[in-house]
Amino acid sequence: MATTHKATAARSKSTATRAKRMVLMVATRKGAWLYHGDSGRKSWRMSGPHFLGHTISHMMLDPRDKRTLLAAAKTGHLGPTVFRSTDMGRTWKEAEKPPAFAKAPEGEKGRSVNHTFWLTPAHANEPNVWYAGTSPQGLFRSEDGGVTWSPFSSVNDDPQYREWMGTQQDGTPDGPKMHSIMIDPRDPKHLYFAMSGGGVHESLDGGANWRVLINGMDVVEGFGFDPKLPTFHDPHCVRMCPSNPDRLYQQNHCGIYVIDRPSDTWVRIGKAMPKKVGDVGFPLVVHPRDDKVAWVFPMDGTQVWPRTSPDGKPAAYGTRNAGKTWQRLDNGLPRSNAWWTVKRQCMCGDVLDPVGLYVGNSQGELWMSRDEGRKWTRIAQHLPEIFAVEAAVL
Amino acid sequence: MKVLIPSALRSYTQSGHAEANGATLAALLDDLDRQYSGIRFRMIDEQEQVRRHIRIFVNGTQVHDLAHPLAPADDVVIVQALSGG
Repeated sequence: MATTHKATAARSKSTATRAKRMVLMVATRKGAWLYHGDSGRKSWRMSGPHFLGHTISHMMLDPRDKRTLLAAAKTGHLGPTVFRSTDMGRTWKEAEKPPAFAKAPEGEKGRSVNHTFWLTPAHANEPNVWYAGTSPQGLFRSEDGGVTWSPFSSVNDDPQYREWMGTQQDGTPDGPKMHSIMIDPRDPKHLYFAMSGGGVHESLDGGANWRVLINGMDVVEGFGFDPKLPTFHDPHCVRMCPSNPDRLYQQNHCGIYVIDRPSDTWVRIGKAMPKKVGDVGFPLVVHPRDDKVAWVFPMDGTQVWPRTSPDGKPAAYGTRNAGKTWQRLDNGLPRSNAWWTVKRQCMCGDVLDPVGLYVGNSQGELWMSRDEGRKWTRIAQHLPEIFAVEAAVL
Repeated sequence: MKVLIPSALRSYTQSGHAEANGATLAALLDDLDRQYSGIRFRMIDEQEQVRRHIRIFVNGTQVHDLAHPLAPADDVVIVQALSGG
């Protein structure tokens, strides 16, 4: 197990040199699209729309079988569900039992899942196991490839966690989220998750017990929020380095952080970002083979929190030394008057060499870079508001 | 009894109408779910509440209580609310 992460990185490099095809999974407010690319990432064939009119929060291909494709969906009127395909979207079947909270005891008010927000395939040694994070915050697990889902561990109904989770009003404009569910490739029982409003949490025993991991994280200033309380913490996106699972990067409402376990203290590396740009944003991508390399896509977090590209000039920023310095990566992106919003699941990377980066914005545009952000080109436009982009090499 | 199905749910029933039975609204919805697996959860949440943008009418009157009794000749209409569009 100790060498599993090295094996993972080695497999990644091997994949990088022999990849034939890849697919991008684009989840939007009004449907889902797949973009099938060649190994050169130069030509893209679109498939879609799938589920036209449905709100698709996330799509993910199981990297373990490269066949099971899950889509978290709902419509404007209907409750949430998960759709499943094993033929790359040619046919879909609905989950028999989608994520749903337990019924509250008589006289008590229970919660209902508004939508499944985040899908994570489980450890390589647990085929067909998946995790899902919902809005409002809930943690669910499937052991049959997404056909049925059950509440996982105690967090959904634990009184302390319910207090930390806050209410619907404490979340994002469309509700509080559980996200960034991560599994240590060395140990399927070592889990993390994060909550928008609720902080970062870790389990070493497969969810039987959880601990809070918020030391070093800042909270919004000026309101007297107690940084010791998870409720006031708003991690936007947390990523574990595949090449070094002891290093996690975090894009938070209040900045960019890194933590090197076994330390339990996050270090704010975003202060090295240019002051004019700041270090507020939503997505974060880590390099598959180099734990010193990560990318962010800053959003304007001033005053009314516009959540648009600072100064109307979209740019990714990358670090190659674990946040000591950052480089602006905007070659090919619009130079002005481009008020992009890029959500937390809307930037991803592939495992090829060099790493390809992919960005989807709320304007319905899909952009990519074949060279780790040095140059960007647009793959698609006129899509609905993009909620998530994932890449898979086949 | 005949149940009018809104367009959002016709991917389950393949029709604008369905036949279902039940002594209460809850039982009717269970019968619909028995015939069209998964349809109930799209209308009724896990706390047994009618979802926010779904409306159910029995003989022209909106009903919120799933224990509402039904008679065989009752007219049941499920509607997707304008608010959800």
